[in-house]
Amino acid sequence: MSKPADHAPAGPRQAGPAVPPRLGLDPALVGEARQLAAQAGQPIVDMARAHTTVSVERAVLRLAGLSGADADGMPLANRLVDAVREQVGLERGVALPAWDALLRGGYPDLAALALDAAAGKATFRVPAGDAARAARDAARRALAGGFARIDANRAAREAMIAQTSDPPKPWIYLIVATGDIREDIPQAQAAAREGADVIAVIRSTGQSLLDYVPEGATREGYAGTYATQENFRLMRAALDEVSRELGRYVRLTNYASGLCMPEIAALAALERLDMMLNDSMYGIIFRDINPRRTLIDQRFSRQVHARAGIIINTGEDNYLTTADAVDGAHTVIVSQLLNEFFGREAGLADAQLGLGHAFEINPELPDSFLLELAHALLVRELFPGAPLKYMPPTKHMTGNIFAGYLLDAFFNLAAVLTGQEILLVGMMTEGIHTPFLSDRDLALENVRYVRNAAGGLAGSLRPEPGGLIDRRARQVLDEAIRLLRTIRDQGLLSAIAEGTFGITRRPPDGGRGLDGVIAKADGYFNPASEILDGSTIQEGAAR
Amino acid sequence: MSGQIIRPYGDTTGDGRVQLSFTLPVPSGTARQRALAEGAALQLAGKMGLDPAMVVHAKAIGPDFTFFIVYGRVAHLVDLSAVMVAGREFELLAPAEVNLRIRAALGRRLVVIGATVGTDAHTVGIDAILNVKGHAGEKGLEYYREIKVINLGSQVDVADLAARAAAERADAVLVSQVVTQRDAHLHNTRALVAAFGPPGPGRPLLVVGGPRFDPAMAAGLGVDKIFGKGTTPREVASYLVHALCPPGGGTAGARAGTGARA
Repeated sequence: MSKPADHAPAGPRQAGPAVPPRLGLDPALVGEARQLAAQAGQPIVDMARAHTTVSVERAVLRLAGLSGADADGMPLANRLVDAVREQVGLERGVALPAWDALLRGGYPDLAALALDAAAGKATFRVPAGDAARAARDAARRALAGGFARIDANRAAREAMIAQTSDPPKPWIYLIVATGDIREDIPQAQAAAREGADVIAVIRSTGQSLLDYVPEGATREGYAGTYATQENFRLMRAALDEVSRELGRYVRLTNYASGLCMPEIAALAALERLDMMLNDSMYGIIFRDINPRRTLIDQRFSRQVHARAGIIINTGEDNYLTTADAVDGAHTVIVSQLLNEFFGREAGLADAQLGLGHAFEINPELPDSFLLELAHALLVRELFPGAPLKYMPPTKHMTGNIFAGYLLDAFFNLAAVLTGQEILLVGMMTEGIHTPFLSDRDLALENVRYVRNAAGGLAGSLRPEPGGLIDRRARQVLDEAIRLLRTIRDQGLLSAIAEGTFGITRRPPDGGRGLDGVIAKADGYFNPASEILDGSTIQEGAAR
Repeated sequence: MSGQIIRPYGDTTGDGRVQLSFTLPVPSGTARQRALAEGAALQLAGKMGLDPAMVVHAKAIGPDFTFFIVYGRVAHLVDLSAVMVAGREFELLAPAEVNLRIRAALGRRLVVIGATVGTDAHTVGIDAILNVKGHAGEKGLEYYREIKVINLGSQVDVADLAARAAAERADAVLVSQVVTQRDAHLHNTRALVAAFGPPGPGRPLLVVGGPRFDPAMAAGLGVDKIFGKGTTPREVASYLVHALCPPGGGTAGARAGTGARA
């Protein structure tokens, strides 16, 4: 039974998604798939533990409160890490030489040290004995302060949700992308008033390949707005304001991806972002970032997200924009299982795993909607605790906006029938232009109609055993298990090199950012990882 | 009605009926506001040549905007004889024919370098044309035995692209541009042309493509060819052969070398 609800100004809502139909997958098969993913993923985790990257080290400094840039606009975190790397290397981490120099030089803070380092006026060493102990203690104190702020943010989010309300699922996810934070803010607030539960600020194209995080509020971006700490802060404050106005907590999303994935994760945690796009392989496949770099960076960034209570969104939907959505369906499942393994290993709870997938099957294919349902149900049943993120059709949006509106309605129907929880709202003008105000309004009208008309249908449906949906779901799971077996045997890096995902080949030593990967030496010290790995007693509120 | 002169067709020949939707920055919360908003929509439709016009749908979008769907009749006539069409100036060839033409004309593999340039990080377009997997059921250029493909990926600096093209003695440079905000695709294309210099002997064929390009702008931008939305690898391969490998073998084609097989 559906009952109209009340609170959202966007219109009536269901009390929550009805229980989706069950396929009744064989638990032994599901267990085997997970085990294979763990076996395929473990060597990557071992590699990530044995290495650091320039961005991980910069994230340590940012978590300790370093911000700002020099006169050239280069962040101080980059200046300090580069100087340490040049003088003593990063094999033992940035923290030990940096805090040692801070104490020796009597600097008031890291920023002053970084400015001197940039000017070539600071000398670094890897301290030993008492000096090392003093540097470690100082670094740990600084990081404890940063994590206290992150913990306070997490509590503040809970308090805000208690004070307003947590919107029922599926959460409606809308995108803002003007390039100018001052334009983004009113648009985001307007979108929230129209019914958005999650606002994603698309990044400027190309930011993923910058090996630094721009500084300050920005008004110049292409097809999106730069992810900066100040932009994060401004947008979160604006959404807090509108959340109070609407009595509904509006979540903020950005992108922890690209060469600065760990730093952006740190900034998101420091500024109380709520969700972050954070895929283990997206940057490799679609931005040609070095596979090792990305896989090392994703582990640290996910540890930060876990601590901050941030829900990650993975990017499997993207595979289906290059690969065929039927032929490549099993690669989505494989990637989700790997993302789940890496995510859990990094400390993320299942409720923080916004695994992604998409409605991208060619609509001219007979039974395409049944195949979509099979895929969506399979993902739902494989990951019962994960807030799944479902992406609307893009590849087969032809410019016929009327047909596109219909396709989006079927996407919405598949979403409510299969219990998807984070719903990126499809625009009928997808691929034509940045959505008009009216495009967004019509898109939300579409969602509301489907949710009202069919929100309760899920509980009354069951895929017929042996029917097309049932058979297709099992087939995809079988294909996924076969592929996982291959990946386990050949190694994930080789599988990526051979074009397994998104039909794009990425060799382990190709792509951007490999020069920023450093093998850890004995005595490596990372005060953030100590806290994140839980290997040290938390100094909590000590400041 | 003459076959050369036509009007839009609703349900009767010559009725001139069209549909239109747009948003105006006017509120329609009260009856008075709504009447004003609809009047404003009708005024716009009238100025656009719809007479009579009818607002069939008006809906408030938030407190400050109203969305309209309008139907109306236009009096304008379309003269088909005055319509200019840029037809495809080359023959569509099968991959085997493409390979054959390259072998006959060049006596070596045709070298193609692909990239997205400037700020554009989207490789989906260039990959669809170049990767073996291809696009729309057609294999990409990597599949063609006689085409050597070098895909430099995304955000390549145009100077680096020009240097690499010279080093590889590229016959053609393919650049995809997806991002069009603030005309980024046009700026990047001009930068590309500036890096390679004016057309002429020694300059590889410059080919750009992307969903928002107007193929008629090639000459104005200084490139040899522009491909728009929906272009398939086979069309690109056929064009390259048309431009670089004239039928009849290795006589023409300034860059075709002398047929040496080395």
